[in-house]
This record gives sequence, structure tokens and C-alpha cells, in this order.
Amino acid sequence: MYRIRLFAVRQSSVFEWIYARVERTMVALDPVFRKIGYNRVEAPVALVERAIKTVLFDCKMCGQCVLSSTGMSCPMNCPKELRNGPCGGVRPGGYCEVKPEMKCVWSLAWDGAARMKGGDKIREVLPPVDRSLKGSSSWLRVSREKAGKLREAREAARTAVAQAFPEARAIEPASAPLADEPEQAVNRDARGA
Amino acid sequence: MADYTDTVPLYAPPPEGHVSHSRLERVLRAGRFAVTAELNPPDSADPSDVFDAAQPLGEVADAINATDASGANCHMSSIGISALLTRAGYSTVYQISCRDRNRIAIQGDVLGAAAMGVTNVLCLTGDGVGVGDQPGAKPVFDFDSLTLLRTIRTMRDQGMFLSGRKITRPPQMFLGAAENPCIHPVDWRPDRLAKKVEAGAEFIQTNYIYDIPVFERFMARVRDMGLDKRVYILAGVGPLASAKAARWMRSNVPGIHVPDALIERMEKADKPGAEGKKICIELIQQIREIAGVSGVHVMAYRREHQVSEIILESGVLDGRVKRGRKGG
Repeated sequence: MYRIRLFAVRQSSVFEWIYARVERTMVALDPVFRKIGYNRVEAPVALVERAIKTVLFDCKMCGQCVLSSTGMSCPMNCPKELRNGPCGGVRPGGYCEVKPEMKCVWSLAWDGAARMKGGDKIREVLPPVDRSLKGSSSWLRVSREKAGKLREAREAARTAVAQAFPEARAIEPASAPLADEPEQAVNRDARGA
Repeated sequence: MADYTDTVPLYAPPPEGHVSHSRLERVLRAGRFAVTAELNPPDSADPSDVFDAAQPLGEVADAINATDASGANCHMSSIGISALLTRAGYSTVYQISCRDRNRIAIQGDVLGAAAMGVTNVLCLTGDGVGVGDQPGAKPVFDFDSLTLLRTIRTMRDQGMFLSGRKITRPPQMFLGAAENPCIHPVDWRPDRLAKKVEAGAEFIQTNYIYDIPVFERFMARVRDMGLDKRVYILAGVGPLASAKAARWMRSNVPGIHVPDALIERMEKADKPGAEGKKICIELIQQIREIAGVSGVHVMAYRREHQVSEIILESGVLDGRVKRGRKGG
């Protein structure tokens, strides 16, 4: 598995491309997942996700995948589980301080990120791991969260009448943006009148 | 189709002006060349052992670092040493390693340390447990050094725990982090430093610098990225005891790089102890000439008695003398 993991980091740009498609598909499937119930699809999706990602990345199923921010090198393979590495103990040649036979996960991550289009995401400070998510599907979480945000964005852009009368959505031009405030009204407010 | 941006909102910039009552912060902001020194923690419950160890460092150091089980070996705790020394009038740097405590313990300790008068904190990942005297211990690593930095910044500047619960009196601390410029991946180290600054680091204490050309290249990148304007960098130095000790350190202590040329020089010396001290003084003087370096951090493990001589002979204090308070 270690060799495949190294291969995945070398091909980080390919896996970035593939993941973007997987993510888009998962987001598109959100209505289906919601209909069946996210809690019902959790177990089978997690099983598939675990199988694929264990082979490719030595995935530890932390439930909050950050591979696209870490050059496709899974940070949970770092013995210190650093999310913003590397630490200061990397051995000459880029080997791990704790497991000298393994390449430093974070040294690989920076190299992998340099080959990716969105590689600059490695510069963002990632939050500490939420240990309560361990074992859950990260794909489903992304699908739920991104689809939710998309819905919110769409909702915000609907006309006032469509927001006021949910039933009117089918017939109203629901996707039209909200009308701007009339200029006179804005100016009047600005004068404090 | 409606869309949303995936970009992360920027974390609020650090507050203007001084963030703490730290002497180290005052010295650095005044543009003076700062000196910090690492204290060898006692394996004892006697406070006088701490005071004895601090005494030679306090003569020259703007702050004394209390290590947190460095090398994963048990000693008196950093918070205990910091509390004792702060009360005795010393300025201390409280070190937190992520190896031994989870986020609940750490956030509590930060408040406790601040309540006892600690004004500087150094956020570290920590060496793995395998190199220490308790290799069977459970490594915690709940945070890493960056999430720790950001957490303490949140406690200080937003006045709340990570949970969002309010802190009635936030800890006023000057935030530090470590960097290891001469260790692999050398090319990415400046980028990693940028990330630490982004997370909240206001000063940096580096690991030992024995390889000046590598450190110069690192600092050149740091200056290109404008980081020297955003963070105070204190370069780590220390006297080598002998060629044998240097070799042992290089292969047994994580994150230490000593060039072969230096070891050869130690081998040829008649008095290795004096040669180690001389090398250390030379390194300090060379480091001082590098633009963007704000001070030195002296780590003289078991050679604490040499610290004050090394600093005074290097001339970096420019005749600056301590008044009133011991060691700051």
C-alpha cells in the first residue's frame, strides 16, 4: 500500500482531477441521498469509500478528508497526525522522525501540492481533527454540506414573491435575482430623511 | 446556476500594538537584539533547583524558556517552572508540546499559566515518544503546533475557548512557534513559516543553526516573502561539548543538523569545550549580520554556565544592561 500511496502523491494532479468529478457527482446525488436518508446510505458509502481510499492513500477514515489540501498525501499517516506539517524532526533524505523507513508524509505533501492546480490550499491553516467523526464517510459529508450551501445560495437569489409563497416557485421566475432597491429610496435613506 | 465561493474567510489580523506585558515583546518591538535561553529542567521537586538553574541564564536573557519534556523525557513541567520563575521576577517562555496533552488540558493550562503571570508561550509539536525515556507512552497529538497557535490566539483576541464559550479575562500572551530551517524539506521551510505566522505566531525560536549558508538561504526566502516584517525570528544556537557529543546529537536527537566541517574542527581542537564555545560565539556574530534576524535563542544543554560568557563575549547586547528585574 505504501508504494501505491507514493504513486498517488506523484500523480497528485490526476487524482485532483478525478476527485473533482467524484465530488461533483456526490453533490449532484444529494437529492437522492436525502430521499433515501443520509443515515441509511452512510454505512454502504463509507464501506466503498474506505475500500477505495485505503488502497490508494492508506486512508484512516478520519471522516474529514483533506487530501486535496495536502497534495494527495494523507496526513493521518503522519505518526503525529499533523494537519499542518511537517514537524521539525524530518530525517535527511526526507524520512519520518518516528518511522525512519517511511517518507515524511508532509514532505511528500508539499511536493504533491506543487503539482496540483489547487495546490495553494496547502497554505491554509487546517482545523484540528474532530475525533468524533472517525469512521464516517467524508464523501457524504461533502455532498451534504456543499449541496446545502448551493441550496442556500440559490434560495438567496430567488425573487421575493417566490420566497414568500413557496408554492409559487413552479410558476414564478424563481431563479431571477432580487430587484435592486430603487435609487431614490436609497438616496433618501442616505440623507437620513 | 447559483454558486458560492469556496474560499476560506481570512482570520482577523493581529491587534495593533503590544499584545502582552512581556519583556521579550518590548525588547523585540524596540528593535533591540533579543536573547532568550533554555533552562535545563530539574528532575526534582525542589524549587531551589529551578532558581539555581535560572540564575546564570537570567544575567543575560530577556526570557528563559522552560522546556516541556523535550526529547520526550520526563522532567519538572514547563508550567511549574514558569510559575516559580515568574513569581521570582524572571520573564519566562512557557513551552507547550502537543505530544502529551489534548485540547481540553491545553486550553486550561494556558489560562492557568496566564493567571500566574506567564506572558510568553511557545507552541510546539513535540518530539515523538519513541526517542524519550518512556517509549511506551500514548502519543496524544490532538493539536499540532499551528492549530495550537490559532487556538491561543482565539482565546486571547476573541476571548473565547474553541468551543465558543466566553473567557471573562483572556490570557494576554506573546505567541511563539518554532522553525527548523536547516532540516528537510529545506525548500518548503519558509512556506511552513508563513503558515505559522498566518496561524498567529509573533515570534519564532529556531532549532540549532550550525549551517550558516543554509540558514542564509532560508532567511533570503523569508525576506522575499516579507515574513521578517511580520514575525520576530530568534535563531537557535548552542555550544557543542565535543565531536563525539555532536555526532551523538546528530543521530539521536530529532531535527539537529551539524555540518561535518564543524565536527572535524571540534575533533582537531585541543580543548573541545573551549572550541565549542568559540564556535558558538562566531555563529552568533554571523547570525547577527543576517538581515531579518531579531535575536538568538541559546540552548546550552548541560553547559548553562557558559551562556552568560558566550552572550557577553559575542557583544550582541551592545552594553544593554538589565535593571531592576532579574533576567527581565
